[in-house]
Amino acid sequence: MKHEIIEKNIGIMIVLIILTISGGFLAEVVPLFFQKSVNEPIEGLEPLSALEQEGRDIYIREGCHVCHTQQIRPFRAETERYGHYSVAGEFVYDRPFLWGSKRTGPDLARVGGRYSDAWQRQHLYDPRSVVPESNMPAFPWLFEDRVDHTATEAKLRTLQTLGVPYTDEQVATAAEEVRGKFEIEALVAYLQQLGTVISEKR
Amino acid sequence: MSTFWSIWISVIVLGTVFGCWWLLYATRKNQTSDTETDRTMGHSFDGIEEYDNPLPKWWFYLFLATCIFALGYLALYPGLGNYKGLLGWSSTGQWETEMQQADEKYGELYAKFGDTPVPELAEIEDAMRMGQRLFANNCATCHGSAGRGSLGFPNLTDDDWLYGGDPDSILTTLHQGRNGNMPAMGTMPNMTNEQVDQVVNYVLSFSDRERDAEAAEKGEEVYAQACVACHGPDAKGNQALGAPNLTDDTWLYGSTYDWIRETVVNGRQNQMPAQGGRLSDDQIQILAAYVYSLSN
Repeated sequence: MKHEIIEKNIGIMIVLIILTISGGFLAEVVPLFFQKSVNEPIEGLEPLSALEQEGRDIYIREGCHVCHTQQIRPFRAETERYGHYSVAGEFVYDRPFLWGSKRTGPDLARVGGRYSDAWQRQHLYDPRSVVPESNMPAFPWLFEDRVDHTATEAKLRTLQTLGVPYTDEQVATAAEEVRGKFEIEALVAYLQQLGTVISEKR
Repeated sequence: MSTFWSIWISVIVLGTVFGCWWLLYATRKNQTSDTETDRTMGHSFDGIEEYDNPLPKWWFYLFLATCIFALGYLALYPGLGNYKGLLGWSSTGQWETEMQQADEKYGELYAKFGDTPVPELAEIEDAMRMGQRLFANNCATCHGSAGRGSLGFPNLTDDDWLYGGDPDSILTTLHQGRNGNMPAMGTMPNMTNEQVDQVVNYVLSFSDRERDAEAAEKGEEVYAQACVACHGPDAKGNQALGAPNLTDDTWLYGSTYDWIRETVVNGRQNQMPAQGGRLSDDQIQILAAYVYSLSN
């Protein structure tokens, strides 16, 4: 019985299982490594500034991506509300990307420039003061805590190593750029640039 | 996608489908055996034996059906490299069809309202119902669902305008947005604490609020140096700059001594985000008429 050969030889079984499940990966993921449309930034895309990069880390630390996606799907209902659907080339410098998978709050892929800085600050300090029905938590400590600038340079250098086109000068001045800034400034700076490279609706 | 990757994907996908098919047949048990030993696995643990029955036929054929479904799916939809599928479906193509259908359905309505002048449009009930919804979706987060604004976000119902309330000004505001910027201490960056106190009292005097009359009197001089360039000698503001009228007792940032002091000392920066590009020109026309209707 051929079955038994596999079932009684764990080594062969492991190899065959890996072969079987790698089919999907080889067909769906590996070719993407070599696709220009996924690998190359869209025109006008710049790496995040040091302040925006720190804002992004605060975004991750506070778990914003748990309730907010950053990916507009090509449905009319979404493009009417959020703007142009997301394209892969917008995320090439995101490591990791923050597409998210659940929308408790609205999608934020193109929230940049949609509200004023003052609104963003007010909303993060006390969401219900501007959106009465909101169930978003408040983040008042962002207004008291300063950005930790000690790791900023290392963060940018790491990203540079991974292929994000930071200049050496940008890396060198990164810590100075964020030193003494409040966390809210970093987060708002990050939010205000989200999705602004593609600004037209269609 | 290059030909290599197209073939790569096709071979793996089809290979997986046919591999499943082969696996199903290769491991299928002969269903005709009927001796006792053939029916069990042949081993016994504490007297417990295990049957070796074949998979029920309906189950087996269901597996085959999934393979056939996969082939049908791959024929209709894009799944094999560059092959587009018989239906020619794509996610962006589906989106474009949706947008086109919406244009056919609403385009005429929008075009009709989009060409109507703002004051006239404000009288059309259907247009105002659309305007109300557009406002609720796009403006209410800052200006409030009734358009009454809140601290830092202008009230749109009170006929007091930072940048003008005529149709053209409202349209410009909506299309291009506005950037309000009051520099800290106006045009007099070396203002002393005493002078701040004086000018705040002077500003309070415009609307006859409680104040220190003596300080207010001295504030006039400070006002002439620090504030007059934007707010004007009569303090009635300047809509070209978005400088508010200080005499009408309408306050964007609070009317008390402390609030006004905060404004003078630290300045105020505010933006109305541009809606042009986000909303269509016709939608903006309808919105402008709705905003116009709030105070007219």
